[in-house]
Amino acid sequence: MTDAQTSAIQNREIDRSHMKVSDEVAIDISGMNKWYGTFHVLRDIDLTVYRGERIVICGPSGSGKSTLIRCINALEEHQQGKIVVDGTELSNDLKNIDKIRSEVGMCFQHFNLFPHLTILENCTLAPIWVRKTPKKEAEETAMHFLEKVKIPEQADKYPGQLSGGQQQRVAIARSLCMRPRIMLFDEPTSALDPEMIKEVLDTMIELAEEGMTMLCVTHEMGFARQVANRVIFMDAGQIVEQNEPEEFFTNPQSDRTKLFLSQILGH
Amino acid sequence: MTNTPSFVRTQMLDPKDPPITEKGAVKWIRENLFSGWLNTILTIVSLYVIYWVLAHILPWSVGGIWNAESLTECREIRDASGIGYDVACWAVIADRWHQLLFGFYPSELYWRPILALILFGVAIAPILFDTAPRKLLIVTAIMPFAAYWLLWGGTIWGPLVTALGFVIGWAVLTYGAATLGALGATIGAIVVPLLYWLLVAGPLSGILGAALPIGIEAVPSDRFGGFMLAIVIGVAGIVMSLPLGIFLALGRQSDLFIINKCSVIFIEVIRGVPLIVWLFTASLLLNYFLPPGTNFDLMLRVIIMVTLFSSAYIAEVVRGGLAALPRGQYEGADSLGLDYWQSMQLIILPQALKISIPGIVSTFIGLFKDTTLVVFIGLLDPIGLSNAIRADSAWNGIYWELFIFIGLCFFIFCFSMSRYSQWLERKLNTGHR
Repeated sequence: MTDAQTSAIQNREIDRSHMKVSDEVAIDISGMNKWYGTFHVLRDIDLTVYRGERIVICGPSGSGKSTLIRCINALEEHQQGKIVVDGTELSNDLKNIDKIRSEVGMCFQHFNLFPHLTILENCTLAPIWVRKTPKKEAEETAMHFLEKVKIPEQADKYPGQLSGGQQQRVAIARSLCMRPRIMLFDEPTSALDPEMIKEVLDTMIELAEEGMTMLCVTHEMGFARQVANRVIFMDAGQIVEQNEPEEFFTNPQSDRTKLFLSQILGH
Repeated sequence: MTNTPSFVRTQMLDPKDPPITEKGAVKWIRENLFSGWLNTILTIVSLYVIYWVLAHILPWSVGGIWNAESLTECREIRDASGIGYDVACWAVIADRWHQLLFGFYPSELYWRPILALILFGVAIAPILFDTAPRKLLIVTAIMPFAAYWLLWGGTIWGPLVTALGFVIGWAVLTYGAATLGALGATIGAIVVPLLYWLLVAGPLSGILGAALPIGIEAVPSDRFGGFMLAIVIGVAGIVMSLPLGIFLALGRQSDLFIINKCSVIFIEVIRGVPLIVWLFTASLLLNYFLPPGTNFDLMLRVIIMVTLFSSAYIAEVVRGGLAALPRGQYEGADSLGLDYWQSMQLIILPQALKISIPGIVSTFIGLFKDTTLVVFIGLLDPIGLSNAIRADSAWNGIYWELFIFIGLCFFIFCFSMSRYSQWLERKLNTGHR
């Protein structure tokens, strides 16, 4: 994180009036374990996310942070333990999985927009086919969210014609069109040029200001400091430390966290 | 400018036109034909070879004789005209074109295959071109049965009763889901029509035919021949092998063990044995496996074999397309809550098929040309007919003219398929730029 980017984010006053953490549980993970073959990627994960929380998960590469949030909408299968999302337990029942996926929005590092569909079609596809929304209504919703991410004029273009930052904002709008109650972000800015990171982070900050429950895997420590109410540090498939951002950055407890922070903030 | 590295641009540069030698025909000729002494020599040699080939072919074909009763008469006309070189005897085409196109189909009924071909053109329009009116899809749905009835004739109840089986299947799938569940409805939609076709369809069409005899003159399969035969086998094979191939490709990608292994075995066995062996199986061996007394039309058996054969190739081509898609596309579709069939239909297959277009069309072109292999099991495809024509003493000894005509007809079909696929590729090219 360079100083320029940090200041770019910090030059905006954050409206915290809607950022409220309720005591209603959004996601409850207990005793979760996952293996890739014989490799133990996630070890005894216990994590409770309350509605309205903004959680940033950080850690070195290979620490299992992406795998963790991908388990929440069953893109990865966990082998042990329990994951309950919005009161629905993730099991092998495909109906439950599809239900959870339609309630939980996800943004990927490489956007994963559908290149053969226009921006508008990308946004209306799931509402029309999964929610059975009438086409006209779905298009109105899509335009509403495209305006929110500030690219309504691109609606009839194809993803390949947009810049990376624009594509990621479309991806966020596409998820929002399903009216999710939880949003997962898997390194949303890692594949972007520095000039485009800000526009995506701004969109995410706006989302946070509206009280969305968010889990973000990201290396944007400025974002974590400003927006998150909790920062989780993972290493070797375990949650090593979690704390409020201020405490986490100024007074890290574990040596592993200290090392990580010195490396990521030191330059 | 001094030696200091400091530099500040005060004005941005506007783009300028390229120099005059960098555009136009002169540049093209110089770059493509005469860019060096070696290329200049190659250009001159190639021009000479093209001239030499054309100088031999053109007089032979353009000066060909169209009005003659036999090859002998052709030669007499040529000798009488006093030209010193050989000329083509196109008279054989003028005399026998109807046989090359229709085989031994009764000539007073030629309107039926022609009408079927026109209908086919209408039926396929909404599939090939998205600008065609969607209502034409009704013609597309009726087409297989209409084509069968027009070509083979006979009572109208056979095709109608068969079509009813599909309607039954559709009804079970649509209305059965509420009571049977999605899986039950799918199984029902396969089992119920099969039982209907096996047990009910035959007697039903018999009863209806006896009660209300509506029909046109029946034409048996052995009267079919020439390009009509090639087109019927080719088109039926193409139309049926594409969906079958797609399902096989999905099966081969499936996580379900049984489905996966069945697809793999089917594809590998079908692909690992030459088509000609399958055709002999169709013509000779299949009779041993069918219940005695079943008269299973040879052409139908050939169509089934050709379909199975090319579907195995299509499956592998489509699998290539599926494998070429980034994993993120599957995850993007999953993360939005689309179920398997929705994500296949809306996200994965449109992209995978687009990638596979060149391979699919190559397979289709191959299939269409391979229909000439049926000559070995006694069906009269264009090649078989050329032998039959030569057996007539009037045209004994004529080869080139017939083969050129047959080759030209095949080329027209295959080239149009190839052009269509290139057009489609350009049209579908929306992203990745």
